Amino acid sequence: MSARFRLRPRPLSPHLLIYRLTITMAMSIVHRLTGVVLYLGSLFFAWWIVAVSAGQKSYAVFDLFAASLPGKTIIFGFVWALIHHMLGGIRHLIWDGGLWINLPEARGIAWVTLIGSVTLALTAWIAGAFIRTLIQ
Amino acid sequence: MTSMRTPRRRVRGLGAAGSGTGDFWLQRVTAIVNVPLAVGFLALLIALSGSNFDTARTWIGNPIVALMLILLTFSAALHMRLGMKVIIEDYVHGTILKIACLLGNTLFSTVVGVSCIYAILRVSLSS
Repeated sequence: MSARFRLRPRPLSPHLLIYRLTITMAMSIVHRLTGVVLYLGSLFFAWWIVAVSAGQKSYAVFDLFAASLPGKTIIFGFVWALIHHMLGGIRHLIWDGGLWINLPEARGIAWVTLIGSVTLALTAWIAGAFIRTLIQ
Repeated sequence: MTSMRTPRRRVRGLGAAGSGTGDFWLQRVTAIVNVPLAVGFLALLIALSGSNFDTARTWIGNPIVALMLILLTFSAALHMRLGMKVIIEDYVHGTILKIACLLGNTLFSTVVGVSCIYAILRVSLSS
């Protein structure tokens, strides 16, 4: 019945492509993406911990991969994703509390999430490399 | 604005997902718990970088470290299951496919979580 009166199609909500990318929007997307990365990365964590429990041979296989370039990339990606998701999560908890919800503050902590995650991930990596030189 | 919802619906407070705020709340609780545990985990990763099998085993077998890892695994598994559940509910619309994805999500999180906890216990209790 209603179709008879619909002379033009119902209005659609704006599609993603017509939006200007804002930092809060980008960090929202990255928060979800890093969540998925950590979800899949949990398999890598499981491999590590299971290899340690299974014995020297299994650990050697894991260690060989972890020391390779793809392995290092995965570990760095995992560490960065963990830090980014954690900072993003803290940001969401702050917003849940009704704080810093206005645009200037919201933009500010969105930038803090991004810059903070890259800085902390690099710091963690350098700290790890430093410890490695101490051991060897 | 007049609501189209019946008073009973409003009282029950259930949205389109068919359930209440339980998932929302558990996602926040596990998020808060994950923060200190993840920081501890990152510290462990840094401390263990480049270390051999025996060192890794000794550290993971330490009661405090093992307990931290078990708590992190438990909380993170709950958290990631809820997070992926939201993503599936957002993007997968066919009922059968959606139920299959949700089931798969629960299975994945459970298997990863329980395997890790078993492995941590095995290392810790045998050292």
